[in-house]
Amino acid sequence: MSAADVVVAGTAGTVGAAGTSQLAGDGPEGRVPAAGRAWLRYARSELGLVFRRRRNLALLAVVAVVPVIIGVALRLAGSPRGGGGGGPAFFAQVTGNGLFLSFAALTVLLTLVLPLVVSVVSGDSIAGEAGYGTLRYVLTVPAGRTRLLLTKYLVVIVFALCACAVVTVSAVIAGLALFPVGPMTLLSGTTVSIADGMLRLVFVALYVAAAMASLGAIGLAISTLTEHAIGAIAATAIIAVASEVIDNVPQFGAVHAYLPTHWWTSFDSLLRTPIASADLLHGLLSFAVYAVIFCGVAWARFTGGDVTC
Amino acid sequence: MSAARILGAVSTVGGPAQAGGPMAQAGGPLAADRDPADPVIPAISTNGLTKRFRSGQLAVDSIDLNVPQGTVYGFLGPNGSGKTTTIRMLLGLIFPTSGSQALLGAPMPATAASVLPKVGSLVEGPAFFPFLSGWANLARIDAADRTADPSTAAARIDRALERVGLLAAAKKRYRLYSLGMKQRLAIAAALLQPRELILLDEPTNGLDPQGTREVRGLIREIAADGVTVFVSSHLLAEVDQICSHVGVMRTGRLVFQGTLQELREQGPQAAQRIQVETAEAERAAELLTKLGLTDVQVVGRQLTAQLGDQTPERVCADLVHAGIPVSGLSSPRPSLEDLFVELTGEGFDVSG
Repeated sequence: MSAADVVVAGTAGTVGAAGTSQLAGDGPEGRVPAAGRAWLRYARSELGLVFRRRRNLALLAVVAVVPVIIGVALRLAGSPRGGGGGGPAFFAQVTGNGLFLSFAALTVLLTLVLPLVVSVVSGDSIAGEAGYGTLRYVLTVPAGRTRLLLTKYLVVIVFALCACAVVTVSAVIAGLALFPVGPMTLLSGTTVSIADGMLRLVFVALYVAAAMASLGAIGLAISTLTEHAIGAIAATAIIAVASEVIDNVPQFGAVHAYLPTHWWTSFDSLLRTPIASADLLHGLLSFAVYAVIFCGVAWARFTGGDVTC
Repeated sequence: MSAARILGAVSTVGGPAQAGGPMAQAGGPLAADRDPADPVIPAISTNGLTKRFRSGQLAVDSIDLNVPQGTVYGFLGPNGSGKTTTIRMLLGLIFPTSGSQALLGAPMPATAASVLPKVGSLVEGPAFFPFLSGWANLARIDAADRTADPSTAAARIDRALERVGLLAAAKKRYRLYSLGMKQRLAIAAALLQPRELILLDEPTNGLDPQGTREVRGLIREIAADGVTVFVSSHLLAEVDQICSHVGVMRTGRLVFQGTLQELREQGPQAAQRIQVETAEAERAAELLTKLGLTDVQVVGRQLTAQLGDQTPERVCADLVHAGIPVSGLSSPRPSLEDLFVELTGEGFDVSG
């Protein structure tokens, strides 16, 4: 009899974990997982939700294609030395060294496309769920309001990071394919090895991702105010663009340093020797302050308000 | 009362009360058989629960709900009477202006994290992501649950879908579901974990008769497991057939709470009517008016009136004494609908 039991238990074990835990007498609900493990599962599920959506994948495809288009355009236009060398920062250097395509692409995308991408994901985070009505189902599970908000923000950060990585990788590949690549001549005139240049590129991408994460916090806060995702997305994008416009009007010079977008392009400090760390630290401090303030707003609003969607 | 019942049984006009009667009684023994863990602690209790919206509208006005464990509690009221607002407050989705509420003895929303996993709910219709399959939607809800064991998730989702008959459509996108399937998916979400209490807000809203019957059967099944079911509805036949207890809302106030039996016995008596069939309807009408009956209506040989304080026996005797030929007389018990309308007001006098 006991031998038969062993055989049965053995078969159940191969069938699957669900079967064994029920045999073990945990009941159909199984074990209550540790809080950390349960949160990881929730975060994975939320990430899957964002990264499986076709709309979001299309956005990533767009940011992947733009560096290629810039590269091809610059290649077709030929050497800027003949044509005057105008255009956005780094464009003049691209034809000489393909690695500069990454910096050029990040600079171009940073003015509109990347903020738009982050606006979509962050503005949709709470408002989208409210609009579909799924928010009431997740909250009565209960997911926990603070836990839900933190997880949503984490997803926004991961998506921002991912978008920046996609731009960078796409630009590096396009740069390698279209232009000569060699030791980089930095903005300060010194020349560094390719490895050094790549390392600086990684830090630039991380800096831009941090900038986008701070915009994501603004989007998250706006997202808690409405159940119309499109409204939250538009409002976030408008804030980014308006801030950039004000930043370019000299008469508003007094407030420039406090604008959410002012330090976004300060990553060029990383392309100097020695690195102008003061600007970078200012930038990172600005991102952190914006992230903390707007996450606070989102938290106060989301944990204290009625969910009537 | 018993005499009236005998007369009622004689009546040729059945009325919904009689159709619903045996079903309602079938729900009774179920409730009695149960052995709740602690019958002293109500599944739901509220104390002066009030919600005034920022617009100034008083949606819920100091209600004291008491839902005993192991019952099927029908939460009735016309549209806009505060049922959904109450359910939202019970689940901690919106915060009361004043008063308090407790689920399974635990105060909400303070202990939401520990008590809500034992509570399944369907609030204001199904709501899921249209671009995900039914299965993926449930997996997503299960992943948000701190208390759910990930190793049993797939099995639990399958079983919940099976219980509501959606397993075959599990991988189909929610967008392609019919309204009935959507509603059943929402019920499946409430069944992902073993529950002690299930709150269903209008679970048969928008369903065809077939779907309504399926949901009713499902509720009976859930209740048979000893789970307390709190079901809000404005469909009286539904409540009549599955509920043992009822609470009736009217413009934000709880105007009745008790067993279905108590509603019939202690509910508004004014609803009790008498029906007389006679060749001399006009004379009979005069007599009934003289006896103090109100709302006397004559349609051909049929005569109906509100019984008021009178008894059918007395009316019958007086008619015969007056020499009016009575070919039929009955006093059917007021249907749940009669009682409901009496409690909640006729027509559309719902606060805006």
